[in-house]
Amino acid sequence: MAGNSESISKTLLVAFLVCVVCGVVVATAAVSLRPVQEQNKLNDKRTNILQAAGLYKAGVPVDEQFKSIERKFVEIDTGKYVQEPESYDQRKAAKDPKQSVRLPGDEDIAGIKTQAKVAEVYLAYDDQGKLSRIILPVHGYGLWSTMYGFLALQADANTIAGFGFYEQGETPGLGGEVDNPKWKAQWPGKKLEDDQGDVEIQVVKHGTGSPSKADYTIDGLAGATLTTKGVSNLVRFWVGEDGFGPYLERMRSGAADSAEAQASSKPATSDKGEA
Amino acid sequence: MAEKTKDILFGPIFDNNPIALQILGICSALAVTSNLSTTVTMCIALTAVTAFSNLFVSMIRNTIPSSIRMIVQMVIIASLVIVVDQFLRAYAYSISKQLSVFVGLIITNCIVMGRVEAYAMKNPPLPSFMDGVGNGLGYSFILLCLGFIRELLGAGSLFGHQVLPKIADGGWYNTNGLLLLPPSAFFLIGLLIWGIRTWKKDQVEEDTFKIKANTRVSDAF
Repeated sequence: MAGNSESISKTLLVAFLVCVVCGVVVATAAVSLRPVQEQNKLNDKRTNILQAAGLYKAGVPVDEQFKSIERKFVEIDTGKYVQEPESYDQRKAAKDPKQSVRLPGDEDIAGIKTQAKVAEVYLAYDDQGKLSRIILPVHGYGLWSTMYGFLALQADANTIAGFGFYEQGETPGLGGEVDNPKWKAQWPGKKLEDDQGDVEIQVVKHGTGSPSKADYTIDGLAGATLTTKGVSNLVRFWVGEDGFGPYLERMRSGAADSAEAQASSKPATSDKGEA
Repeated sequence: MAEKTKDILFGPIFDNNPIALQILGICSALAVTSNLSTTVTMCIALTAVTAFSNLFVSMIRNTIPSSIRMIVQMVIIASLVIVVDQFLRAYAYSISKQLSVFVGLIITNCIVMGRVEAYAMKNPPLPSFMDGVGNGLGYSFILLCLGFIRELLGAGSLFGHQVLPKIADGGWYNTNGLLLLPPSAFFLIGLLIWGIRTWKKDQVEEDTFKIKANTRVSDAF
């Protein structure tokens, strides 16, 4: 028996059989669990969006809550809505040279290097069907990690309704406190731009903001200067000229609204696909 | 036999602990113990993988050609880890997100490979399975101690529930940020090993060489 199990043909046979059995087991697990996993991912992202917008209600199924939210795609350059397949993934697109632009160093204050040409936005509607929130995905570099989050704006496209990261790897207890609800509570009510249309929003060292700019100033986190700076830069980048600036401009002037009315009268399709 | 099963199952907790005595599997013990919910998930995942890889390897131990035995063991372990990872992603999504790469890294955890090679290749399936569970428990014991201390003192909470009210939230407890960082687990593991070896003297290793008394004479300078 021992001698037999050492022969080359026996070795090959055992190797082959082990691979086949393990392959079948792994493939079965992966394929049969895929739908549940996809649903989890989708729910997770939707929960983050709802939380950033301040609309999340614990205990209510996420699908149910997300019915009033519509997913749209915006061309960064022009700020106009464009059509993209439901499976569009902005993070993948940012890495694809065909779907993204490389940012020159001096413009790239958020430290993201490449930016997708088309970005997602989420529009939340209230019970009367009126636009209540504009939710923008934002990301940028902090101290250690690229932080991904959502910035929710009121319908005026200038007042912040909520802000939060769903993925960050900053130092626990210091930069990681960007997830602290108390810190995040500073954001709602702040304004992005002043009356002249200049981006004024910024995060400053605790207590050093000038009182005349109080509407645009967030107190930074103690002991997390670089994370704080990263958050400030990424928000300024994404609401500025190179980010969602043109789109927000259109939203404020109402142009995007009317274009949207022509473009789609079927909001029901949006909650089915991937969000 | 009953006595023996008990030994196999509970021996690795204090007498032959994979982390404290064999000093295996330290990497994940540092990485996943900053809070208890990830710790518990990791413990269950590792125990399941160790137990079942021991079981399967032991079932085919007489047919595995010795020239490729390592790679066969590896294939079985890797498959089990992927299956566990897929299950976590499907049924414990938020925790699997926090554990991220460390579930996959169970493949490289020395405890799994060590038990398969040292025990399952030479013993029948049932004791092998028990040995896997036992070593999983030994690993879990250390990890749970670490997770408990690190989360309680580092974040003032247990399983995410606030136990000690933090100053940041208006309470009195000043959190110790060091305990949330991986190096703190090193200190804690060191203290645990010290504790266990003070209790069980036979685990103390002999010095690899004797240090002579200092014979340097100060007059020489």
